[in-house]
Amino acid sequence: MKHSNDPISKDMFEIEPATTLDNEIIAKPQLSFAKDAWLRVRKNKAAIVSAVLLLLVIIMAFVGPSLSHFDPYQQDVTKTNLPPRIPGIEKLGILDGSQKIGGVEQNVYEQNNIKEYYWFGTDSLGRDLFSRVWVGTRVSLYIALLAAVIDMLIGVMYGLVSGFRGGKVDNVMQRVLEVISGIPNLIVVILMLLILKPGIISITIAMVITGWVGMARVVRGQVLKLKNQEYILASRTLGAKNNRLLFRHLLPNLSGVIIINTMFTIPSAIFFEAFLSFIGIGLQAPQASLGTLIEDGYKTFQFLPHLMIIPSIVICIILITTNLIGDGLRDAFDPKMRD
Amino acid sequence: MVKYVLQRIVYLIITLFVITSITFFLMKFLPGTPFQNEEKLTVEQKEILNEKYGLNKPLPVQYANYMTSVAKFDLGNSFQFDNQPVTGLLKNRIGPSLELGFQAMLVGTVIGIGLGLLAAMFQNTWIDYGSTFLAVLGKSIPSFVFAALLQYYIGVKLGWLPVAAWDGFSYSIMPTIALAIFPVATAARFMRTELIDVLSSDYITLAKAKGNSRMEVAFKHAIRNALIPLITVLGPMAVSLMTGSMVVEQIFAIPGIGEQFVKSITTNDFPIIMGTTIFFAVLLTVIILIVDILYGIIDPRIRLAGGSKK
Amino acid sequence: MKQLKKKVLEVKDLNISFHTFAGEVQAIRGVDFELYEGETLAIVGESGSGKSVTSKSIMRLLPTNNSEVKSGEILFGDKDIVTASEKQMQKIRGKDISMIFQDPMTALNPTMTIGRQIMEPIIKHQKLGKQEARKRAIRLLELVGIPNPESRLKQYPHQFSGGMRQRVVIAIALACEPKILIADEPTTALDVTIQGQILDLMKDLQKQIETSIIFITHDLGVVANVADRVAVMYGGKIVEVGTVDEIFYNPQHPYTWGLISSMPSLDEKDDELYVIPGTPPDLLNPPKGDAFAPRNPYAMKIDSEQQPPMFKVSDTHYAATWLLHPDAPKIEPPQKIKDRMVEFEKGGN
Repeated sequence: MKHSNDPISKDMFEIEPATTLDNEIIAKPQLSFAKDAWLRVRKNKAAIVSAVLLLLVIIMAFVGPSLSHFDPYQQDVTKTNLPPRIPGIEKLGILDGSQKIGGVEQNVYEQNNIKEYYWFGTDSLGRDLFSRVWVGTRVSLYIALLAAVIDMLIGVMYGLVSGFRGGKVDNVMQRVLEVISGIPNLIVVILMLLILKPGIISITIAMVITGWVGMARVVRGQVLKLKNQEYILASRTLGAKNNRLLFRHLLPNLSGVIIINTMFTIPSAIFFEAFLSFIGIGLQAPQASLGTLIEDGYKTFQFLPHLMIIPSIVICIILITTNLIGDGLRDAFDPKMRD
Repeated sequence: MVKYVLQRIVYLIITLFVITSITFFLMKFLPGTPFQNEEKLTVEQKEILNEKYGLNKPLPVQYANYMTSVAKFDLGNSFQFDNQPVTGLLKNRIGPSLELGFQAMLVGTVIGIGLGLLAAMFQNTWIDYGSTFLAVLGKSIPSFVFAALLQYYIGVKLGWLPVAAWDGFSYSIMPTIALAIFPVATAARFMRTELIDVLSSDYITLAKAKGNSRMEVAFKHAIRNALIPLITVLGPMAVSLMTGSMVVEQIFAIPGIGEQFVKSITTNDFPIIMGTTIFFAVLLTVIILIVDILYGIIDPRIRLAGGSKK
Repeated sequence: MKQLKKKVLEVKDLNISFHTFAGEVQAIRGVDFELYEGETLAIVGESGSGKSVTSKSIMRLLPTNNSEVKSGEILFGDKDIVTASEKQMQKIRGKDISMIFQDPMTALNPTMTIGRQIMEPIIKHQKLGKQEARKRAIRLLELVGIPNPESRLKQYPHQFSGGMRQRVVIAIALACEPKILIADEPTTALDVTIQGQILDLMKDLQKQIETSIIFITHDLGVVANVADRVAVMYGGKIVEVGTVDEIFYNPQHPYTWGLISSMPSLDEKDDELYVIPGTPPDLLNPPKGDAFAPRNPYAMKIDSEQQPPMFKVSDTHYAATWLLHPDAPKIEPPQKIKDRMVEFEKGGN
């Protein structure tokens, strides 16, 4: 123990009790739950980068097709199977429209005197890939939005009602849920696709039937847990009616679970549509979805890799970014990781 | 415990019942015809066919007939393949699919557990970030993209492995890898979360306090507890393997059930579609049931409830 | 008399900090104490006083990624635990020094039979075969008062009640007859009736096995029951240490006065419960003076300038308060304390 050995002056021993107990100052500024979560998401670099990238993709989905002046559906047999050619970058020697055909380096643009620049190239029917990719992305984004809306409307409501009411109502709703979830999603979708022609509508209906089950389950579980917690009891004791309980107390505490669950159903919904389109039972030609584009590209991968690689990259970006954002959100909402 | 199992079996039967019924009614109400080239048939020929397939009986009778034949494992005959019984066709195709699925699940879970273990034990180091990133990639990159890339670069360009078909072990390597990336991601993420949770428990500190080394604590105590909940992940994993198999079998031209299913959908061969649907449904629900039961057996807290003395 | 006994553990000038996101938290700021053979030393303090950190540091169980022993020694036998190698520590843990935790519900591995959990340290440290270890485990269960030990061995923790589980935890800790047993609030999570049983059990076992116990608690009632000596901790330091009689009947530090005054007693005529106002100090920025000063009604100017050294009250009794400095004014302790001091005098201490 270190203390000075100098003699201590007598006046140091006057009684002087502390006047203010100022070590009760709260160390950190008070933060609401949402703000706290937001601050922690901000620290997660991967999530932020992903959010920016995703935003870019979304913007391109809306703006892209008009940028390139080409009609995504217009076929032009004089301009089939062209590799990508981007003005400006072509000066660097890449993406200048050249390709190896039969081992020989050629430039079909120059050979056929094609003046237009197809930034992502064209497919076997002469359609511009750039605009098709972004139109396809719109489909994926629509699916994402649809999945989120279904989750929030049907899933949350179902889980709330089931968990909150409890008793017989809950029992019945649970049995129904179990049977629905016992039927693998894929089966329902396939059966759905048989009644209605494959296409965006049948996929939509299939998702409406099965897509909300996961959310309903999670919400119900959370409601059951919260229902019995003491602050609900306290609120009730103070005379709060059911509605008030529901909206002021339960819903904010469910928001974390809801957001996280939604963030994870989005990538799986997008994947699902792409998957169905790829095997041919989703969207059909000539509609453009990232899945159909990848499938088309797969057929000619050896010769025209860009047709498959470019839409693959776009869908991978969408899936990776939504997953990383979901991870970031989940970590942010987890109170155990507070500093 | 027994009661629990029986309850689950009852649900299984109800679910299957619902599925087969829906299947039946869909088939009945589908626009379009079960017969190819219906326009070319004369009225009499149509009547003979209707008679043969029992399509002119009243609906409830057809329903009853259908349900009884399903129960007897008679799934009708294929329209496409000259009236071969669907069940027979399915039987031939099960082999490759099961082999592929099983391999993928094994490889996927083992590698996934390894990755998750590393991530948890070296939490917040580059090992953790690396393996978590790999897990995200595995979850995000669609299996068909990965399969196509594999096929091209390793099969065609490098020629290391056969590009397609099913004729020996080497043919299964690439499809297994493509199919396994999703299970790897799922298992890795799950293992990491569970293990981190376990490692912060009191009993792990106690295990250290007994003089165990870090390795001993991990292997004798932590991993066992983290592995048990992993069983619950096997159900959804089976589902994803099933969907993945459709695409992977198509890309690698593997004569499995998935490939046939996709073909039958595009050719509108209803008996095969229905039959395969029912087959998948049965398989999945049974797997989920087995997983549930297995979990109850392995976790001693569920297996031996109660009996405590005060 | 205590001086004639052997020292089993000696902690010298221990300083431990935690590196957190917010900065360096000085959890232990210069702690010294000794533990003698066969005695029970109670370490008392509020949450955050550093008592748990002290106990974990004796077994070197603090998380290595954010904790740091800045200086000091922990002398056990011929080794310094602070600088011992991990291998050496593994030989000590569970064998020479062992620990009992606070929450019996989470202290045991839920998927391992308790037989295996008890036999683990026995097999590891005493190199006995499985059969021998099993016999010893059965004996241990009998010792801690669990009936039907043979059949209980094969059972899992969830099949035991809380009190029973704590007995199992004790059995595990005593399996290799350690020289030191660290009990970190072992009865806090138990019902009061069970508490008494467990404390009696521990006292019995201590006599049988002749182990020294470091008993961490915030409950003075428990201290009165089990302790031979008491060390009072506040703000990461020991502020007073002495025999249990000296602490309870002749306390010298204002914090100890506060603690003892806040013990409710049935023959009190007061209506109000005594409470020490304020909150424990922020160890991110520890004050340069006495950490207790802001809450000390008897604080002096010097308390905010310099930390008080340990002043000797008797051979066994020391307190770190400037009030014991010869230049300090004589002040009147609270009435309750004064009454106790009178008792102390009468007892001829």
